[in-house]
This record gives sequence, C-alpha cells and structure tokens, in this order.
Amino acid sequence: MSLTDGAGAAAGTLRGGPRRRRVRMSGDRGVPLPLLVPALIGLAFLVVPLIALLVRTPWRSLPEQLTSAEVWQALELSLICATAATAVSVVIGVPLAWLLARIDFPGRGLVRALVTLPLVLPPVVGGVALLMALGRNGIVGTYLDSWFGVTLPFTTAGVVVAEAFVAMPFLVISVEGTLRAADPRYEEAAATLGASRFTAFRRVTLPLIAPGIAAGAVLAWARALGEFGATITFAGNFPGRTQTMPLAVYLALQSDPEAAIALSLVLLAVSIAVLAGLRDRWMTPG
Amino acid sequence: MIETFDAPADAAPDGLDARLVVDRGTFRLDVALAVAPGEVVALLGPNGAGKTTALRALAGLAPLTGGHLRLDGAELDRTPPESRPVGVVFQDYLLFPHLTALDNVAFGPRCQGTSKAEARARAAEWLDRMGLADHTGAKPRRLSGGQAQRVALARALAIRPRLLLLDEPLAALDARTRLEIRAQLRRHLAEFEAVAVLVTHDPLDAMVLADRLVVVEHGQVVQEGSPSGIARHPRTDYIAQLVGLNLYRGEADGHTVRLDSGPAITTTEVLSGPAFVAFPPSAVTLHRGRPTGSSARNVWRCEVAGLETHGDQIRADLTGELPIAADLSAAAAAELDLHPGTEVWATLKATQTHAYPA
Repeated sequence: MSLTDGAGAAAGTLRGGPRRRRVRMSGDRGVPLPLLVPALIGLAFLVVPLIALLVRTPWRSLPEQLTSAEVWQALELSLICATAATAVSVVIGVPLAWLLARIDFPGRGLVRALVTLPLVLPPVVGGVALLMALGRNGIVGTYLDSWFGVTLPFTTAGVVVAEAFVAMPFLVISVEGTLRAADPRYEEAAATLGASRFTAFRRVTLPLIAPGIAAGAVLAWARALGEFGATITFAGNFPGRTQTMPLAVYLALQSDPEAAIALSLVLLAVSIAVLAGLRDRWMTPG
Repeated sequence: MIETFDAPADAAPDGLDARLVVDRGTFRLDVALAVAPGEVVALLGPNGAGKTTALRALAGLAPLTGGHLRLDGAELDRTPPESRPVGVVFQDYLLFPHLTALDNVAFGPRCQGTSKAEARARAAEWLDRMGLADHTGAKPRRLSGGQAQRVALARALAIRPRLLLLDEPLAALDARTRLEIRAQLRRHLAEFEAVAVLVTHDPLDAMVLADRLVVVEHGQVVQEGSPSGIARHPRTDYIAQLVGLNLYRGEADGHTVRLDSGPAITTTEVLSGPAFVAFPPSAVTLHRGRPTGSSARNVWRCEVAGLETHGDQIRADLTGELPIAADLSAAAAAELDLHPGTEVWATLKATQTHAYPA
C-alpha cells in the first residue's frame, strides 16, 4: 500500500511543473548565455596564467637554470622547512584536532574559530603577530632568549615556525573532519577491553584516521611550501638560511626573470603532484 | 527450555546486583537487575525501551544518574569502563578494522598488561575454541557475519570478564547463519561461568539464549521470569504480541472476565478480581453469518480490518466488539471471501482461553 503511494507521489513530482521545466532547460535548450560566458571567462582566468607560464618557460636553458646552486639551495631549504613544519603540525595538530572532535568543553566553538583564523588571516599579519610573540622582544621570545638563549626570528627555525603557523590549521581542520566521521564507538569498544583513553587513541583511533592525517599533512605541506608573507616577515630573506623557493622566485623576478619562471615551474610541478596525490580523496564525486 | 527460578537468590555476594537509573531529558530508565553467576538474563523489549542504555550503563559507557551497580560485591558505579571486569559484544561487533582477528582478540589481554606473545597465544586459543583457527590472520572485512560475531565474542571473553554483555548479538546476521550462530552462542553462554546479560528485541533469541527474561518497556521492567512462564502468562500487549497471543485485561467473576472495554470472555478457570485472559489466534473460528449450532461460549461480531500471510496461515486482524487476531487457513479464508471491511462472527471455546490473576 505505502509502496504504491510512494511511487505515485514520485511520479507526481516528475510530472509536476517546475521540475519538468528545469529538466528541459538543461536537456533541450542548452546553457543560457548569461551563465555560459562568465563561466568560460572564469575558467580562462584560472587556466591562462598557467599556460602562459608554460609558454614563456625558457625550455632550452631550463636544465641549466634548475641545476644552478641558488635554485638548489632554495629548493632544498624549502623542502626541509616545509617537511619540518608539517612534522610540527602533525605532532601538535593531531592532538588538537582530537580535542576539538572528541571532548565537549566550554568554549569549543571559540577555540575552533581561533584555530581556523590563520586560514583567513593575511600571512603578513601572521608574520607580524609571530614577531610580537616570538621576536627577541616578544612576549614569549624574551624568555626564550634570556632563559634558553633561543632566538627564532631570521633563522631557519623561524621559517619552520612561520610555515607551521600558516599550515597547521589545514591539518587540524582535515583531521578533525576525519575524526568526526570516524565511529567513536571503536574507542568505546577499546575502553571495554581495558584500554585507557590514550591507548585507545594510539592503537585504535590513530590507525583508523591515518588516511585523513596523511591528506591533511599533504595539504599542510603544500601550503608550507608556498608560504611567503609570514616567512619573509618573521624570518627574513637570507639565501641559504631563510630564503625559500617563493622568496627566491620573487627576488629573481626583479633580476633574472628566466630563473623566476624556472623556479615557478618547479613549484607548479609540485602542486600538480600534490593534487594528483589527493585526487582519490577530493576529485571523486560524492 | 530450561526452567529456572523466577527470582535469583537474594543478597548473593557473587554476581550482579544493580539498579540502573539513567535520566535523559524526558526519558528515564529505572531497571533493577540481579543476576547470579552462570545465569544468562535477556533484557527484552521494543526499540527505544532503554535496553541498550541499560547495557551501556552496565559497561560504564553511560553514567548512572542514580541507583547502584555491584558486581561480585564490588561497587562499580564510579569505575571507568576500562577498569571494569566487563566484556561487551556490540551489535555490529566493532571489530577493529585495521587489526587481524588474532590481534583483535589479543587487544584486551594486551591492555591488561599481558606480554605480546602471551596475549597472542591466549587469543589463538580463544579463536580455536570458536572454531576459527583458520581465520586468525584475517582482517574483519574478510570475515563473514557469523565469523565476525564469534571473533567479537572471543574478544570479549579473552579479558576474562565477570560480566558479559551482548547487544543484539544476532541482529546483524541473515536468517540461515542466525540459526547456526544462535545454537553456538547458546553453548558458549552455557559454558560461561560468570554473569551474562544480553539485550534483544527478538523473543526467539531471548528464549533460546537466556535462562530468565526481563521485559523492559518505556525504561521500566514490566515483567520478568522464565521464558516459558512469560510465554504462558504475558502481562503486556507487547509480550502477548511477541509470543503470538491475544491478551485482554478485565475483572474476573467466576467463569467470566468482564473486560475494561465492555465485552466479557467466558473462561474455564474460576477467578475473581483483576485478571488477564489470553488465547492464541488459532483458537478463533470465523463465520460469515451468526453461528447457530456452535458450542462455543464466546461469540463476537467483528469486522475485518486487515489480512496478512503469517507462515502458511492467514492472519486476520479484527475490530468491532473485541479487537482480535485470528488465524485461519488460506482455504478457509478463500471460502469465507474475507477482505477488509467484511463483517464476520468470531467464536472461541472457553477451553481455549487461559485466565490468570493480573
């Protein structure tokens, strides 16, 4: 009885007016111009610059450009710093994500907003803020300097700090989402088997959310690799010490545009590789 | 079916002694449970009755808002779940998907501080006992439903619990596997020397697996006793439906029970005061006209509200003077030309009824 009712209702919807018009619009009359034109402009806007980069690439001198000492120095520094920043993000970001996903504490919404803030904050502002906190005269930096003799600004460690500040929110948001999607009852099952909350996290939750952590880490790594504003503000631009790829690109553009293009090409290749690595996670519909 | 006492030994130092009170907004669970070691008790009730909440409270996964919880004389009210000697078989098993069957079972002993080698040896022993020696290296996704159920049972038993909880242990299985696993589970529960509490909405599971049933509705215990006692003397509509009986409540006076809703039922028992009358749907006979030659003492005029197949029988839902479920053969149904709205006369012999004090 209810089955035929349901089928009848569904058929009614299909036969109904608005539904039918919409179906016909995409099927028979095509896409309306006021939508098609901006859509194509939008697509071109995103793709043309990338094509231009490929067109203007000095392919003949490329091997020479890419093997120059400055490029290698910047590339090596970038890879090391981005990887270190990602490691820092994972070590402190995953527990933070767990806290946000699993513990219902007062002010959780505010904490989540604060964690997300660096995502939308202009990176330069992040750099200034880091200087105020961790600079030689910063509210924390003063003590780092006088107690431990540690100074972060304008050092390679400073680059890692700046990149981690900007990249960690990506990891936290990604891991928190994975944790929320993961069934918390596995942790309950572990508890009934005698596992403390930390044991349950380490032996059950962590392996279950490993793919989410990996995706978040790749995302954070890509963000760290391209980081410019916070890095140049907090760590400066010293070749071999704090000059990462994006800084080198910017600097080279003024003196040696061909080198800048070559460096950009390397970063583009890395980005495409990241996208390819994450395609199973994001590019599959649904 | 094993006949057991309707009430367990009072104030036994061993076993489970609990009054579970959980307040959750408009829902309140208040269930008293006393279970002796070696006894299997089933919490039976409809969905939303609070059975699973009771189970979670026993495991420490839902905090008690009142009452008490003692196991083998030890207070467990404030003990966190990981420190309770309680093993749980979850409804969908919750086997850790990244661990093999062996490591799933070894997980508990490992958490209790057993060395890795010893935990695995113990796990292998349990899996062997469950007939799963060939599947120790399999990940849960490669196990069939019945195998996963047995791994979950082995995992819960491997921590040597003093209280074993099973949440709808057979609900996730298909009908054929269910029959086989039910028999195996019954054997394992019979061997288990501590307290076992299972939660189910399936009366057959409850009656086969448990020594004693505790029927929970709306967060309260409405009836408890041996499976056969409950099947014979249901005290709520829910249980009557479960065991397939028509059940009415009324005021008895001699051979007659006058129902609260008006009509009277003639019975063979002599009672007085509040009483239940129960009879199986198969005891009811239907006629198109008012029966004249029938010796039946009970005759009611009814109307067919619905018809459905029930095994090889047709179950007719009747409304009218008395709402009745009546079973008749397909041939009889065709002969009577029954369809919703048909007026029928239902007769019932007094000897087919069963009356007992309410």
